[in-house]
Amino acid sequence: MNTVIDAHNISKVYNPKTIPVHAVNNVHLHLERGEFTALVGPSGSGKTTLLNIIGGLDAPTEGVIMVNGVDITRMRPNDLINFRLNNIGFVFQAFNLIPVLTARENVEFIMLLQKRHKKEREQRVRELMEAVGLSDKLDSRPAQLSGGQQQRVAVARALASKPQFVLADEPTANLDSHSASTLLDIMERLNREEGITFLFSTHDQRVIERARRVITLVDGRIAEDSAPTPTAH
Amino acid sequence: MLLILAWRNIWRNRNRSLITISAIASFVLLAIVTVSLQQGVWDNLVKNLVSLYTGYAQVHGKDYWEEQTLENSFEINEQVDQLVQQTPGVRNMTHRLESFALASSGEKTRGCLVVGIDPVHEDSLTRLSAKIHQGDMLKPGEEAALVAEGLAEKLNLGLGDTIVLLTQGYYGSTAAMKVAIKGLLHFGSPELNQRVAYVPLALAQYWLDANKRATALVVGLTNADQLPAVARTLKKALPDEYEAMTWQEMMPEINQHIEADSAGMYIMLGVLYLLISFGIFSTLLMMLAERQREFGMLNALGMPLGKIARVVLAETIFLTLVGCLVGVALSYPAVWYLVEHPIVFTGELAKTYEKFGFEPIFPAIMKARIFIEQGLTVLIIGFVLAIYPVWRVMHLEAVVAMRK
Repeated sequence: MNTVIDAHNISKVYNPKTIPVHAVNNVHLHLERGEFTALVGPSGSGKTTLLNIIGGLDAPTEGVIMVNGVDITRMRPNDLINFRLNNIGFVFQAFNLIPVLTARENVEFIMLLQKRHKKEREQRVRELMEAVGLSDKLDSRPAQLSGGQQQRVAVARALASKPQFVLADEPTANLDSHSASTLLDIMERLNREEGITFLFSTHDQRVIERARRVITLVDGRIAEDSAPTPTAH
Repeated sequence: MLLILAWRNIWRNRNRSLITISAIASFVLLAIVTVSLQQGVWDNLVKNLVSLYTGYAQVHGKDYWEEQTLENSFEINEQVDQLVQQTPGVRNMTHRLESFALASSGEKTRGCLVVGIDPVHEDSLTRLSAKIHQGDMLKPGEEAALVAEGLAEKLNLGLGDTIVLLTQGYYGSTAAMKVAIKGLLHFGSPELNQRVAYVPLALAQYWLDANKRATALVVGLTNADQLPAVARTLKKALPDEYEAMTWQEMMPEINQHIEADSAGMYIMLGVLYLLISFGIFSTLLMMLAERQREFGMLNALGMPLGKIARVVLAETIFLTLVGCLVGVALSYPAVWYLVEHPIVFTGELAKTYEKFGFEPIFPAIMKARIFIEQGLTVLIIGFVLAIYPVWRVMHLEAVVAMRK
């Protein structure tokens, strides 16, 4: 089975009893393994809300989301946290690393939560930090890294748990063009060479140009969806 | 990793943590020094008034304490002596035959308490010989007296002079004797210093015509904390014609004073506990407000709320623990100094203390229990205060928190 995300009839309504705001309105979304998909749209179009719902961070008012065949909308909160830990990688807009941990520890942290063996953790940290081009920054704290480097560590951390897919919310929003380009190169390479599925929200034209599939949201609805083009990997 | 994370989190805002730790340490220092001083003062009083005079407990003839006359004395009984000596917690004991008397020399007369003692046992119980300022300790059977130097001064008597003692004997006859002063005693308690004289027990029994009788069997303990248990045992085991009393029962006003003073101190400590609680709590609230987004992110990544709460709890405990340890470490030399160099009052304040029968000194006491109690209390306060941030974390919603 190559379907990673299968979202049916997703709606999210804020303030349903007073002044209802339809942040996401009747969205159907289907993502195959290996996709490199951009979710675009103007501010307030519901990109982040939809990502949060797909990532199990927020519950939809209506609809069902199947991740790898599992309905996450029916999960109990604790099971959902565990599911996120083992199946979904996150990269946030702000460089959300743990400031008191080194780059190595930030990446390793997720695997510690998964209770992986030390040897496995150490090896994977080395591999991932090499993959994002930061093998010389293993012992640097986030404050000692540039914004671009922090975001690359965040990508390494997102992949540490060997997730089904990675959700990235505006990953390049706070980066200069060089750092953004480096980050996109890395994400694209990981997608192409290792088949990692990426779904990211963005306004950034540089990101949109690199995406193989672009979904446009307007007022919480899918206004346009380019043809799904999974990686050839 | 969670503990490492908690420890490093404390030092994220180094200045704030140092201020909080300093506040906790200062409080612990203040609390330990205050309690050590207060308990030291009372222990000193108990040592002066209780150890040297009443003993920690006494056995009397029934109703002696209510009516302290020779009629209520008891005949020394070997079985009772054995029963007391074999009570767990009893270190030693000695008999006394006490009588109020008139002491005179030339034309000067003063009321005083004459205590007939077994010099050897009395000394082992109350270290009376250590109070001899001039002269030597009594020997059993000799005809000599130890006189408190305040009393001797009032009577213009010195070492080797003769003191005349006059009172009523056991059978109501007049009892009079003159005896040489073998030693002058100096007591910490000004009250005792003015009114006590000691003679050997046999001499007192002869003088009072009270052969083989005693008014009190004074009990010494291996540890003052064992007093309640010893008193319970004695009260239960002694025959009906005897009574066992603790020093608190014999001098309830002292005990009440100690309890009232302790209550005052605990109120003061309570206010300090409250202040330090606000200090710790404000730090926790700031930490909580600053890190909402981070907590949300950790939860989004898959860290269970319970683990985040544990990190927060560990941070609070670390913060409080470091403060407590620093406070205890600073308290040790401070208390040690006050033990070695007690605060001595002078002038009017000293006179006021002496008027009430207290030594005008503030010695501290070094007791591990005080250090542990104060440290633990602050630690428990930290633990209790952590409940709120833990509760907030447990009710956190990742998406909402990450928007902050």
